[in-house]
Amino acid sequence: MENTDKMKNNILSMQLDVDDFVPASADEKESLVVMRESVSFWKDGFRRLRRNKIAMAALVLVIAIMLLSFIVPLFYPYKYEQQTKGSERLGPMQYSSKELERIEAGEKVFPHILGTDQNGRDYAIRVLVGSRVSMTVGLVASALILLIGSIYGAIAGYFGGKVDMVMMRIVDILYTVPDVLIIILLAQVLEYPLQRLSRVPGFSWITTMGPNMVSMFIVFALLYWVGMARIVRGQIMVLKQNEYVTAARALGATNGRIIRKHLITNCIGTLIVTTTLQIPSSIFTESFLSFLGLGVQAPMPSLGSLASAALNGLQTFPEKLFAPAFMIFIIILSFNLLGDGLRDAFDPKMKR
Amino acid sequence: MSDYLVDIQHEKLSFFTPAGEVRALNDVTIRMKEGEVLGIVGESGSGKSVTAYSIMGLTAENGKLMGGTVEFNGHRIDQMSEQEIRKIRGKEVSIIFQDPMTSLNPVYTIGNQIEEVLKLHTGKRGAEAHARAVELLRLVGINEPEKRVKQYPHELSGGMRQRVMIAIALACEPKLLIADEPTTALDVTIQAQILELMQELKGKLGMGIILITHDLGVVASMCDHIAVMYAGEIVEYGETDDIFYNPQHEYTKGLLRSIPKFSERDYTKLVPIEGQPVDMLNPPVGCAFAPRCDSCMKICLTKKPDRTDFEGVHYSRCWLQKKAAFMAARGAESGK
Amino acid sequence: MAKYIVKRILMGFLTAFLVATLTFFIMNLVPGGPFLSEKAITPQAQAAMEAKFGMDKPLFQQYLTYMGDLVHGNLGMSIKKRGRTVNQIIAEKFPTSARLGGLAILFALGVGVPLGSIAAFRRGKLADNIIIVFATAGIAIPSFLSSTLLMYIFSVKLKLLPSLGLKTAASYIMPVFALALYPASYISRLMRSSMLDVIGQDYMRTAKAKGVSTFKSIFKHALRNAILPVVTYVGPLVAYLMTGSFIIEKIFTIPGLGHEFVGAITSRDYPMIMGTTIFLAVFVIIMNVIVDIVYAFIDPRIKLK
Repeated sequence: MENTDKMKNNILSMQLDVDDFVPASADEKESLVVMRESVSFWKDGFRRLRRNKIAMAALVLVIAIMLLSFIVPLFYPYKYEQQTKGSERLGPMQYSSKELERIEAGEKVFPHILGTDQNGRDYAIRVLVGSRVSMTVGLVASALILLIGSIYGAIAGYFGGKVDMVMMRIVDILYTVPDVLIIILLAQVLEYPLQRLSRVPGFSWITTMGPNMVSMFIVFALLYWVGMARIVRGQIMVLKQNEYVTAARALGATNGRIIRKHLITNCIGTLIVTTTLQIPSSIFTESFLSFLGLGVQAPMPSLGSLASAALNGLQTFPEKLFAPAFMIFIIILSFNLLGDGLRDAFDPKMKR
Repeated sequence: MSDYLVDIQHEKLSFFTPAGEVRALNDVTIRMKEGEVLGIVGESGSGKSVTAYSIMGLTAENGKLMGGTVEFNGHRIDQMSEQEIRKIRGKEVSIIFQDPMTSLNPVYTIGNQIEEVLKLHTGKRGAEAHARAVELLRLVGINEPEKRVKQYPHELSGGMRQRVMIAIALACEPKLLIADEPTTALDVTIQAQILELMQELKGKLGMGIILITHDLGVVASMCDHIAVMYAGEIVEYGETDDIFYNPQHEYTKGLLRSIPKFSERDYTKLVPIEGQPVDMLNPPVGCAFAPRCDSCMKICLTKKPDRTDFEGVHYSRCWLQKKAAFMAARGAESGK
Repeated sequence: MAKYIVKRILMGFLTAFLVATLTFFIMNLVPGGPFLSEKAITPQAQAAMEAKFGMDKPLFQQYLTYMGDLVHGNLGMSIKKRGRTVNQIIAEKFPTSARLGGLAILFALGVGVPLGSIAAFRRGKLADNIIIVFATAGIAIPSFLSSTLLMYIFSVKLKLLPSLGLKTAASYIMPVFALALYPASYISRLMRSSMLDVIGQDYMRTAKAKGVSTFKSIFKHALRNAILPVVTYVGPLVAYLMTGSFIIEKIFTIPGLGHEFVGAITSRDYPMIMGTTIFLAVFVIIMNVIVDIVYAFIDPRIKLK
């Protein structure tokens, strides 16, 4: 009894009003609920990506490199193959005596920011064009790898059984053959047919790009799709066990449609991430091949061939090595960091 | 030092995530005597697991005690270092988890994993530890324990693995066993067996049990007391009969309405609780359950209700009971 | 288990056979041949050389002859190095490359596994950030750059280390480091992500709830589960690194198998190309079988059948 009294006093001392106990309307209740907006896969992923400072910095870097290597060479005062007599082997920001005379005469001469090479070619533009070559190889090769690898992997993973067995043995063999061998031999095999093809109307772009670069794309596409194929196959094997695939099949969907609509779309995150990480790896290989002298041919520069050429003059002109080395490093690093960021943002398995 | 095995007073605990501070526990008080069975009921994210885990200092790295005390078996857990708590874990208090499929290390034998805890806390080694492991497996009702002890987790079924988890938990005869949804991942028939086993072992060993579940049906047969949690608070607490036959909080009532009752001849419709659980990043100022409550009043949206005590240990936090008291008090006032 | 290994080895033989066939025909389909580079050669002399190496016969017959010798373990005579068999050349060059590659593997594992584990356990802390920065930078430096930069700094500028050959222990430092930089960084990253995966597993929570110390839970419970992806990566890598990296051997002028191989390709020394390719292929296949066996030892869930 005493207890209830206390409670009564207690409750009256709380300064409550009868109005407080009026039922709340639905609107009032609604206003309190902070609705978390339902986010789609893409929206959620991009939000996470934007919050990742390192990935965003890498993205900015990638865009900057693209501008530098694709846009800047278009209106750079020097051309990559342009040889200036008398301006051979200049150090950074140096002018040749001829150029000094022209400056004396009141002419404006654009400085050789990184100096010139032994043929009197401006080194800065060569590094920029070299980056363009590396980026092109990286992007195009990765696109080819994505195409071949995902289709091959999807087919093997989807059909499974004997098809999968045979297809994966082929992958194993390609994995085992030393890639240097295939690259060197294939480049030679392809050289002649490509040259002939470039004379066929409609294929003149091969000459513009250089038969070597085209054969490099083909070699990459033939060799390096196996990693992508393995990843896609693994994903498809897991995905195809999902109920919605059974449901689609029960509804009479064709195999092609199931692969396209249900399986590929569901591993699109993985595809994006793997492709992004494939780009630096392709650039890596390209620079390695060019370093060996197997990549793009002179006068077209590539970061690898520039680094290789700089080796001889390492004692006197170390910056000739550092410039392409730095570009390779920055390109590979920024793509890797971007790829890592994309993986954290879009690969649901990594969600934590 | 209190007379209670578990004595949690006004515990406040937050997790600090990139998105902000998540107030997982907001003034939780729990007392439990030795040998008692306490059920903690609530939906995911209500703080039921966090409450129990804090007894063994098992909160995640980003979790921080923001206030209150946690005492277990005379130890002030909230003031102990990780090294000190480690000596208690597995010995005085142990835990079994929801998913027995993933709770055992796949690369070690069952025996190895039971013996590990024995070596740590009892000093038993070699043949002695092995013998004890076999004995424990027999205790939890595993056939051919001599053979099983040499097997790997993937060679056992889910129900058997949960039995192994119980064997590990009980290896050092703890005073308290925390069972975190021990049957959720299991088949219905196995669920009953595991609950039966726990009850039987409790009879033999006399430890206290905290049974965490979202399923009121599971706690009914086992528990002495039940705490119903919602959004990091205990909204209703009482003896099992109080909760089942005299529920006071609207959330408890909702939970009871959502359990199927096979005894009833007429088909009472199962009523789900509408709405979404609370966003713990932005907890509401008023009663957390208000937006989902059918009897929500204006005050529920702006003020948190206090405890209203009923007979015995039974209490709840709901403005409806306050309303009744308020109206009665005003009536008495005006009558004077 | 024994049955499985036998089966794998038979599969390996099949793969090696296919690799040999593929290499043989690609190699011979490429225009040009081993004797074209020698300018002063008369048609008669060329015909005589071709007859000596059996290259005047139809291609398919050459193939059968080669495969017949291969079954007996005979890789043929080198065309460019007169009077020496491919077996001899491989036996002579392989140990140098293998020593270098073996040291690089040990270095990469010894650095990568601990650093990756530390990074995972100190996730988001200073140690993790430092390790990630280094590991990410490490996989962005091709070996030809790391080795030339190393050479520039330590041989040209500081004059601390010998730049060429493998005569002293000190001359191993730069090539091994340059060779190991990429794998060490890669293993750190691999180890970190797989360790993070394992740390999130329920059994790690069980270990903690048992009262196991953090240190012991890393060594006993986490490491054994987390090392699996590293094993997969390292297996074939052992074969590739031990058969020699052309770049490293060229830059540091080390007389190894990698150097020999690229030389053989450019000079079209057919038997040498075939021999090295088959040697590498068999090595890779053996390593993959070893990886499978190691896997089964580490993880009892994996049944070899």
